[in-house]
Amino acid sequence: MYQLLKQIAKTGIVTEPAPHPDPELRAIEQRLGEAILKHFGRSLAIRHVDAGSCNGCELEIHALNSPYTNPEKLGIKFVASPRHADLLLVTGPVSRNMEVALKRTWEATPDPKLVVAIGDCGCTGGIFGESYASCGRVSNVIPVDVVVPGCPPTPTAIMQGILTAISPGQRR
Amino acid sequence: MPLNELPIEVKPLAGAMPAFRASVPAAELRSVCEQARARKARLVALWGSDETGRAAGYAVHVALAFPSGLLWLTVPLPRDDPGYPGIADIYPGANRMQRATADLLGIAPSAEADRRNWLRHGAWAESSFPLRKDFDTATHPTREGDRYAFVTVAGEGVHEIPVGPVHAGTIEPGHFRFSIVGEKILRLEERLGYKHKGIEKRFEAMSLEEGARLAGRVSGDSTVAYAWAYAMALEGATGTAPPTRALALRGVLLELERIANHLGDLGYLGNDASLSFGFFQFWRLKEDLLRTNARLFGHRYLMDAIVPGGVAMDLPHAGAELLAERIEAIRREVVTLKSIYDEHAGAQDRFIMTGQVLPQLAERMGLTGLAGRASGIAHDLRIDHPIPPWQQLDPRMASHTRGDVAARVSVRFEEVFESMRLIEALVEQLPPGEIRAPVAAAKAGARGIGWVEGWRGEVLIALDLAGAGRIHRLHPHDPSWQNWPLLEHAVHGNIVPDFPLINKSFNLSYSGQDL
Repeated sequence: MYQLLKQIAKTGIVTEPAPHPDPELRAIEQRLGEAILKHFGRSLAIRHVDAGSCNGCELEIHALNSPYTNPEKLGIKFVASPRHADLLLVTGPVSRNMEVALKRTWEATPDPKLVVAIGDCGCTGGIFGESYASCGRVSNVIPVDVVVPGCPPTPTAIMQGILTAISPGQRR
Repeated sequence: MPLNELPIEVKPLAGAMPAFRASVPAAELRSVCEQARARKARLVALWGSDETGRAAGYAVHVALAFPSGLLWLTVPLPRDDPGYPGIADIYPGANRMQRATADLLGIAPSAEADRRNWLRHGAWAESSFPLRKDFDTATHPTREGDRYAFVTVAGEGVHEIPVGPVHAGTIEPGHFRFSIVGEKILRLEERLGYKHKGIEKRFEAMSLEEGARLAGRVSGDSTVAYAWAYAMALEGATGTAPPTRALALRGVLLELERIANHLGDLGYLGNDASLSFGFFQFWRLKEDLLRTNARLFGHRYLMDAIVPGGVAMDLPHAGAELLAERIEAIRREVVTLKSIYDEHAGAQDRFIMTGQVLPQLAERMGLTGLAGRASGIAHDLRIDHPIPPWQQLDPRMASHTRGDVAARVSVRFEEVFESMRLIEALVEQLPPGEIRAPVAAAKAGARGIGWVEGWRGEVLIALDLAGAGRIHRLHPHDPSWQNWPLLEHAVHGNIVPDFPLINKSFNLSYSGQDL
């Protein structure tokens, strides 16, 4: 126990400042009013859905929860069910085998809700494109508010996408 | 020439790893596999191909690992009735591979085999086969119902818990059907294939350069292993020799990938045993490593750093010094964290005797990679076939026999330290010279094998070239194919709340097996 406490004390707080929202990432105009965004801005529940990624984006979503980015400090937490979520963080090209599951997850998420598509594949279909097995970009299957390109996007970029989704302001 | 281990005629296959090819008639496949099994050869992969454009029918391919190298067996099948005798009773790991081959190519094993669909969930018709050359990629697929026949367990008090495909954590999608009594798991049945996105078909429409990028995205967490396997296969097929400096740098990249993944898993294994301290500490260290990767190689996960012919960027002297410094800093902290894990009664209580796979079962079912090494399957390609850059380094194998979560934790700790030693040894004496050689012209029908010990286990790429710089058939094979079925066994008799911990201790790829 002594060693554990010593390690915690030695490490200290490593959390870095959060990035600013970037209107360039908006796929559509902000649909939610200021009153709702004010609530989301203080407590946002995120449900991650992997709709067919290579798992590279998942590595960065895990890394987003590292003490360097520490989203909980901003009131952002990942939840276990879409029924608890305000925002869906969706990765991958949407495989045809995940199409129904993604739609159902979106339907199970209570309104008002936001969707952030993560990674080049989520934004455009990426290297996998559209095929007999892939529906391509996330917005081909469910409405998307914000897109975060990158292969995979860094934890900071993902955080920026999330903060953009819950910030007021117009698409640039 | 005859193979050392089997009385069949084989042709050597050019390339970095020792490999051989042989063609056997369908009627002899089972006897060859039985003899191979008796000589302790491991099943590495099974896949199919459409050879109708080459004035033939179809073919099923089996890759077997012998002490002398990899044997790539090809079984030609007629165009009209491309059936073959299944080998899943000889090599149980072949079951899902046979079913995937049937879904994608219409090449089905004999009637007594398990013929349930595997990758086809109803997104395309049962009568159409995406990997056949005449498959019309423009036709929009049908949406058939997916009535998958799960095995049901009956009896007093037995009930089912269906989980997924969308899981509760940040995990890839798949379905787990638990049959339980009280808290105890009687049976687990996996249903995978949700991430099937047509990777193998995609390769056939790409240039060889694009193919290298796609190979690095079969399973993102193993991007280095796949990129190396792809490069090795293409270099073998074209007779290209990458410079020795490039090989040393590939070694550095592969071990960096191993360390990063092991650090992440060690963090999650602590977290799943309610030691969230472990998660935050290990993920801090992993982040330090990823940032070092980005600084030195331009990508946090080292994607596209390995290219056919060599590597995409050099490691200058100052970079090598920085890397050695960072590795040493992370090592000191991992030593401390290991002693905290070792002495943490709560964590050890969850780890020890949980999710056990004993060596006998592991051997019978063909468990491979790091999970195999935790269950007494002492294989590691870096040690079994020490090609450059491993030759002079004498890598040490981490090996345990208890086969529980604790053993898989121990293997990870040992491999982290060993990979650090290998990186230090490699960067200390990087051979001078070029980092990339031009890839020689690709001839139609040339074949190559890429076979690399990734952090999870052996990654295989079997490549068959078409003319004009195109791919006739490429099968990327993840060790998760072999290991997923063992997870079903590992959970027997355990309680449901230990499933996430057991699952994490294997940490298998969904994308790599769903393709």
